[in-house]
Amino acid sequence: MAVQVFKVPDSIRKNAKFSFCPGCDHGVAVRLVAKVIDELNLREKTILAASVGCSVTLYDFINVDSVEAPHGRAVAEATGIKRACPDKFVFTYQGDGDFASIGLAESMHAALRGENISAICINNTTYGMTGGQLGPTTLLGQKTTTSPTGRNREYYGYPIKIAEHIALCDGTAFSARVSLDTVANIRKAEQAIKKAFEVQLKGLGFGFVEILSTCPTNWKMSPDKAHERVRNEMMPVFKPGIYKDVTEG
Amino acid sequence: MSYITIDRDRCKACYLCMDECPKKLIKISETTNALGNKIVEFCDEKGECLGCAMCAQRCPDLAITEVYKG
Repeated sequence: MAVQVFKVPDSIRKNAKFSFCPGCDHGVAVRLVAKVIDELNLREKTILAASVGCSVTLYDFINVDSVEAPHGRAVAEATGIKRACPDKFVFTYQGDGDFASIGLAESMHAALRGENISAICINNTTYGMTGGQLGPTTLLGQKTTTSPTGRNREYYGYPIKIAEHIALCDGTAFSARVSLDTVANIRKAEQAIKKAFEVQLKGLGFGFVEILSTCPTNWKMSPDKAHERVRNEMMPVFKPGIYKDVTEG
Repeated sequence: MSYITIDRDRCKACYLCMDECPKKLIKISETTNALGNKIVEFCDEKGECLGCAMCAQRCPDLAITEVYKG
């Protein structure tokens, strides 16, 4: 008798077809979020504060209530929702341009205030939806449409390490950076998302996960080469790990 | 016997699952789906599938909808 070991999470809408480009790791991240919502049995009490960017399409695929936020302000909006409805589970799903550039002030101050919400940030080192411009996390030397000769330190400065910055905020309960380049790392990412959701349920403070993802279209790479780039170029700069966890010791 | 189910309309032909399968049981098929993608197919004539679900964990588009281990 064969036992089912994998199924599409129940929180994914029936017959949903992801609109992401072929090989984009957004799809994996969406599946992990839906799976954790299923496991923690949160579907009926969840409100998503949707962002702007490729990440916004999450509300088409996941079967929870959602509210659209202005660009970068998803965390600020989630703050309002959580304060008005403290019994709801509130989370945001944003890209790096949304979370760490346009909405950096909102994101950082929500962590400093210790807002009891969870935030997921997909870091693909570029503005994916608008055509691959230089973003706050673009690596030194990386060529984008607005840095055609590569990002240099003198003109553009350094990329931001989001998980480390959020971990420094006193109101943060959990901050981690994970990668989706291998199946082993996908499993670790699932554990980190679960932890970031659990700290909110326990009322401990701001839960944050930065997910290193690919953008094969704007990197102009095949999906497997894009994962090699995550491993060889991104992970030495954006080191995966748990940077703050108040539930540990 | 272990096996997987592929939703042919969801496959976007990124072929990440092919590299992930430890037994190399997923191959590019000759058929295309409604999106015009040359989709993958599951070829397991000898019953080698381990039911490890690595392909399904990797698939970014939920095209591998079910994995059975037996």
